[in-house]
Amino acid sequence: MRNSAEVVIIGGGVIGVAVAYHLAKQGCRDVLVLERDYLASGATGRCGAGVRQQWGTEMNLRMSIPSVKMFESMNHDLEYDGDIEFKQGGYLLLAYTEVGWEQFQKNVALQQQHGLGVRLCTPEEAKEIVPHLNTEGLVGATYNATDGHCNPFHVTDAYAKAARRLGVEIQTFTEVTAIRRSNGQIVGVETTRGPVATKTVVNAGGAWSGQLSAMAGVEIPVRPERHQILVTEPVAPMQGPMVMSFHHHLYCQQTPHGSFIMGLGDPSEVAGFNQRASWQFLEEMAQKITWLLPPLRGVRVVRQWSGLYEMTPDRTPILGGVSGVEGLFLATGFSGHGFMLAPMTGVLLAEAILGLPASLPIEKMDLGRFARGELFYEPSVV
Amino acid sequence: MLGTRSEIFSSGGKQKMTSLDQQIIICRCEDLTLSDVRGLIEKGYRTLDELRRISRLGMGPCQGRTCRPLVQRELQAGGVPMKSQSIGVIRPPAMPITLGAIADGSEEGQKDA
Repeated sequence: MRNSAEVVIIGGGVIGVAVAYHLAKQGCRDVLVLERDYLASGATGRCGAGVRQQWGTEMNLRMSIPSVKMFESMNHDLEYDGDIEFKQGGYLLLAYTEVGWEQFQKNVALQQQHGLGVRLCTPEEAKEIVPHLNTEGLVGATYNATDGHCNPFHVTDAYAKAARRLGVEIQTFTEVTAIRRSNGQIVGVETTRGPVATKTVVNAGGAWSGQLSAMAGVEIPVRPERHQILVTEPVAPMQGPMVMSFHHHLYCQQTPHGSFIMGLGDPSEVAGFNQRASWQFLEEMAQKITWLLPPLRGVRVVRQWSGLYEMTPDRTPILGGVSGVEGLFLATGFSGHGFMLAPMTGVLLAEAILGLPASLPIEKMDLGRFARGELFYEPSVV
Repeated sequence: MLGTRSEIFSSGGKQKMTSLDQQIIICRCEDLTLSDVRGLIEKGYRTLDELRRISRLGMGPCQGRTCRPLVQRELQAGGVPMKSQSIGVIRPPAMPITLGAIADGSEEGQKDA
């Protein structure tokens, strides 16, 4: 392992490797990625694998729409020897209350302004899109055909391989134990395999990014929160879109491989690093999904697990530099949608680190917004 | 996926492949052969966790009951001693079970309560 690097990225999830790739692509090749476990072992490899553009804030739209464009050509652009399994079967979002429906109408107006081909649907139209949907109690829905699914392991693998070809070093099973600063400047990191001198550190540590930032003396408002999920045996293709209900806190999608992936948010989940799977989740998930999508009654569950969202107060990522600590960059706080925003995050962080013109006003997404009171509020999170 | 499989699993060629290796199924749920597994190990996927995630090995209905010991043996042959191998996390449910059975069972439980 090298003992100095221009940039050290902490975290070998999809965010860390995407940032590494875009740095190298811009010519900054002296980059070291440090991952405590194996690549995609945290939230990336545990996520629902959905790719969505139907957001309620301008920033998430401006992050997600170009990210989808990048997923569309990723196999080619990264010269991947596998397949990222990108499937654009759409997302169907369901509203069960008048308040929820009003929010959807506002969201769709904003999304259409940003060029998204999204539309409002009556319950009957929703049933045409997903014929096995139980429309009982449904007020309306929104549908966007270019949303979909992508394989998080393969996306991470594709970025990692492309980054390595450009000279990036990626070390797994290597934990960062300290971040060194001298006055207001980052000067290095300590790891379980020795020290590395560097003037630039990217914190892409997901749920653990709060602990990592604290090593550099910076407090960030990131709260780890367990979310549970299950996967079924593969069955013949029967459902194109992701079906999602914020009212029921659930989502359910059939992957190109044939299995169904579904998850449920628990509003009473306490903050913490608990990643155990619970029987209560399995029961509640089965009850809700067999009511909403009745033919799934006959499909077998093969595995359940959980992962950690890193939640911010406004459910929007924290990106870019930190005032007062020269050389520390944050790429965290994704609040459950880091995988789908990873492509654009890689672009934006590389630009910020290298001082290049920014594709988006990334400075609005910085850590300082919490002190300034300039929060976003993303209404559409399960 | 099937179309690209040969590319994903093609080996650097360190370990000699025979046509038989390409016919020996290691993971029945996902149709992975001995040569697929050896190719991945040679490419640098050197833990069960990494192999499972890149290839779906052991992620099907049997959840690795058949293939896990076979893959561990191959990892050992590929230079990862058995004693330093992690078997990864064995996740519930113990056996595949339909969503309907879980939903009905829990409704039954609520009636009793």
